[in-house]
Amino acid sequence: MCLAIPARVTHVTRIDPAIDTAVVDLGGVSREVSIALVPEVEVGDYVLVHVGYALNRISEEEAQETLKLMAEMTRLLDEEMGNADAVAKPA
Amino acid sequence: MTARSRFSARLDLEQGRVDMSHGAGGRAMAQLIDELFKQALDNEWLAQGNDQALFSVPPGRLVMSTDAHVVSPLFFPGGDIGSLAVHGTINDVAMSGARPLHLAASFILEEGFPLADLARIVASLAQAAREAGVAVVTGDTKVVERGKGDGVFITTTGIGVVPEGIAISGDRARPGDVILINGHIGDHGIAILSQRENLGFETVIQSDSAALHGLIADMVAAVPDIHCLRDPTRGGLATTLNELAQQSGVGMRIREADIPVREAVSAACELLGLDPAYVANEGKLVAICPADAAETLLATMRAHPLGAQSAIIGEVVEDPLGFVQMQTRFGGERLLDWLAGEQLPRIC
Amino acid sequence: MKYIDEFRDQRLARQLAAAIAAEVDPARQYRLMEFCGGHTHAIFRYGVQQLMPPNLRFVHGPGCPVCVLPMARLDQAMAMTREHGVTLCTYGDLMRVPASGRQTLLKAKAAGADVRMIYSTQDVLRIARDEPERQVVFMAIGFETTTPPTAVAILQARAEGLKNLSFLCNHVLTPPALRAILSLAGPEGVRLDGILGPSHVSTVIGTRPYAFVPREFGLPVVIAGFEPLDVMQSALMLVRQINDCRREVENQYSRAVGEGGNARALELMARVFVTRPSFEWRGLGFLPESALALAEDYADLDAERRFPVTVEASHEIKGCECPAILRGLKEPTECRLFGTVCTPDNPMGACMVSSEGACAAYWSHRTHMPSSGLNR
Repeated sequence: MCLAIPARVTHVTRIDPAIDTAVVDLGGVSREVSIALVPEVEVGDYVLVHVGYALNRISEEEAQETLKLMAEMTRLLDEEMGNADAVAKPA
Repeated sequence: MTARSRFSARLDLEQGRVDMSHGAGGRAMAQLIDELFKQALDNEWLAQGNDQALFSVPPGRLVMSTDAHVVSPLFFPGGDIGSLAVHGTINDVAMSGARPLHLAASFILEEGFPLADLARIVASLAQAAREAGVAVVTGDTKVVERGKGDGVFITTTGIGVVPEGIAISGDRARPGDVILINGHIGDHGIAILSQRENLGFETVIQSDSAALHGLIADMVAAVPDIHCLRDPTRGGLATTLNELAQQSGVGMRIREADIPVREAVSAACELLGLDPAYVANEGKLVAICPADAAETLLATMRAHPLGAQSAIIGEVVEDPLGFVQMQTRFGGERLLDWLAGEQLPRIC
Repeated sequence: MKYIDEFRDQRLARQLAAAIAAEVDPARQYRLMEFCGGHTHAIFRYGVQQLMPPNLRFVHGPGCPVCVLPMARLDQAMAMTREHGVTLCTYGDLMRVPASGRQTLLKAKAAGADVRMIYSTQDVLRIARDEPERQVVFMAIGFETTTPPTAVAILQARAEGLKNLSFLCNHVLTPPALRAILSLAGPEGVRLDGILGPSHVSTVIGTRPYAFVPREFGLPVVIAGFEPLDVMQSALMLVRQINDCRREVENQYSRAVGEGGNARALELMARVFVTRPSFEWRGLGFLPESALALAEDYADLDAERRFPVTVEASHEIKGCECPAILRGLKEPTECRLFGTVCTPDNPMGACMVSSEGACAAYWSHRTHMPSSGLNR
């Protein structure tokens, strides 16, 4: 039961933590979701949306780190292919 | 138009509702037809007031098609059941290469349906017919009891004439042929769902509902040897491709990256767990033509307002099993299979 | 679309595919179980398997809550509509799953049962509020991703004093299922070299609950994101662990998964649910401590207590190999019914109904993909 989609918080309505909601935007489509599971979200945050709920916040720093790691993992291959010297792999 | 109503009081088009007398065949029904239907549809055939329409047909082979329209909601961004009915049947007729001539429209109304809504639908249907240059020459109205109909059902039937030398049919696709689409897919289905699933859109997604006979006339004039034409309505592009592949006994290879999809439609599909390839369209056609005519056909389509975003999306290949394979945007391969059951919004 | 498009980049995909091809040891097999149904779906949707070298295969695990729901629990829900006339709310995924007698919720609806497909538990609350004369039952299924939304709804129902709403709890837990599958591994059972951990279950439960996998079963785990590049990067990370003889839990999906998971979600779940001593899983039998029920404090909202029904024990349709397929012991093509009487249009078992079930996935690739041949 895993289908969750990242979307940006554009509006937050706070009345009571149990029933607070946010409006999220994905590619021009907006939807209201419950933020009962992530009460601390702010406008501009990205959250995972699952069955009408924000499930967790997405970390921009970690996302960039992951992409950087992907590039590194494959860059080393290029180096190995084009370079006779051994290159240390990351741990 | 009559100078003065034949009836003691005009229809209350603001507050009135359909009731059982409107379908009974008596004065109330005559008034409904006079003041609501004939007012909007206004042409020489309906003005005659017969149960049938008499007309001559130009020489050539005749084509006939019929459709029942049960869309819910009745009104959606970009159209309503009225305009949809006209576009749908004109398109079905035109997909044979025919010039649509006339339409028939029958209405099944639910007791209690607001006359204001009915007037709006009929006006929309009439406008669609006028803009398409195809008259609604005959019709019928029935009323069913409350609870036995979804507001209104419309059935439209259309006839057309196919020019000589044109042989467009679902079984004519051949290995080596090129597959084209005239624009963005998924707009209609998402426009409908956006009403039902409380999805808001920053820029509203409109149904692409449109009559394609003008575009098709240009296409057929430029490339008379078009092999197949079909509109990907229910079940979407994937279903239409599978139908054609099966009818022709061939396979297909499609490139996902070449299929036009609006960002908002993609986004809505992601949120709901839908695949745009299976979402309904009402202003799109799939064309299959010989490879050497593809560039000409593409240019012709792009020159027409309803084909500005046309694209070549794949080829027909040898395949006795009739599979439609798609190279994903990602570089992998997947089967674009028949839809199993209804595409329900997924969470899993 | 941010956080989506970057993780579907074709150029990076080709580079990752090349890296994997370069690093796999041609002398060995890499059998990676993707436990989460969402991963099965992503792999097939993007054609990720074709980008892998021939000696790296994804093995589909039972991480599809629709697939592992025993028929008896579905029979129970349908019996409630029949015997008590309840309004049954369910996620769309369940509508076409066959229960006893080939009955489905969709067919029951056609026959007059009040079955409503919903997208969110918030819809269920709305229906209960708008229709106070109806008794509304929510069929709650799913792993830990989908459990917190049920918990929120239960607490809201209590706070609002809704008398016409109750919950039929079929929520199941991932670590016990994983443990059961891995216990079957070995020469007689499914052979595995690594685990792709679920994306969004882990968002909720964190990475710590997977520590037992390397410790007790000697297998590496990589918590993998949902997008195709996540799956590929995770596969590469597993290949490296396997090659280096490392056995760790690594977190590739760090942008959404923290070590401790979502504390708030876990807290709400702990408030309203308790673990059942035992629960039947389709294909895996009875597993201890593997599923949730409403806590005693919330017994008044438990549909099982409010609407008792009797159903017979589940039994599969003769010839249906869903149980063996769910364990990775057989492939769909080894089931007599596969492709003959059992097709997506006419599913006999849950593996074919769910778009993530192994059978539905294999169906999509029939005759166009070589058999993996790696389940022994």
